Amino acid sequence: MKVSVVQFPGTNCEYDTEYAFKRLGAEVEIIWHKETKFSDDTDLVVVAGGFSYGDYLRSGAIARFSPVMQAVVAHAQKGGKVLGICNGFQVLTEAGLLPGALKRNEGLHFLSKHHHLKVATNDNVFLEKLSVNDVVNIPIAHHDGNYFIAEDERKALYENNQVLLHYCDENGNISNPNGSVDAIAGVCNKEKNVFGLMPHPERAMESILGSDDGVKMLEGFFA
Amino acid sequence: MKAIVNISLKAGVLDSQGKAVHHALDALKFEGVEDVRVGKQIVLKLTSTDEAAAKKEVIEMCESLLANTVIEDYEIELVK
Repeated sequence: MKVSVVQFPGTNCEYDTEYAFKRLGAEVEIIWHKETKFSDDTDLVVVAGGFSYGDYLRSGAIARFSPVMQAVVAHAQKGGKVLGICNGFQVLTEAGLLPGALKRNEGLHFLSKHHHLKVATNDNVFLEKLSVNDVVNIPIAHHDGNYFIAEDERKALYENNQVLLHYCDENGNISNPNGSVDAIAGVCNKEKNVFGLMPHPERAMESILGSDDGVKMLEGFFA
Repeated sequence: MKAIVNISLKAGVLDSQGKAVHHALDALKFEGVEDVRVGKQIVLKLTSTDEAAAKKEVIEMCESLLANTVIEDYEIELVK
């Protein structure tokens, strides 16, 4: 398993992501945004969290035009797996690899805390090791995590099993921290090889740090 | 020539910043405010002297970078 982690100026979760995937046994490379390709044997590309380009204009808007994004698009188009976490999710929506957009949190505050998530579908490589309605405890840390998608497109997302996770409380009842439509925390593309979520599974790898539920999530990418 | 681009959230998209500003105006007893929308303005200084060509180019800029048309609308005003 070979993982390439994309690093823009302002990315700040690349080393956590590297640690998380190495812990699970993957070989990990960090790829600077000026690179234009990944190693041929890359299985998974992760667009890590942070504040690429200072979130100027809109979160992810500038990063989307970095040279490395051509390689991310090419990897996705040939069926390779791509995961965008937090700012990475914003970048992937800006790049049009994932549907919808992320707006300022409804309460306008930056949110940094653990939050529970409920699995909406496991019909994909990312969440296949979890069951539908399983609840995981994963940190969130974002200012622009308010997921929006127009109603007709949202219907299509449900029909294709593209809504991955909903924010909930510890008992699995919907609980919405940021105003996202239907409390959606993560989605995938129609082909189910590009995934994005606001919460940080790479920060939930050890119970001593509050939760190791991220292991069950990221393990999905290992055959 | 200058292009003034005004970007705002689409009509159906909840504007939380606008809502917060509205609440604050209410708290200050400005009672005649029906709605508040917060947007952003981008001013571009262009070398072009051809208005039609400039407009076309700024539209392309808006569609590709300046606005996210999933959630935002834009208006362009050209000033000589």
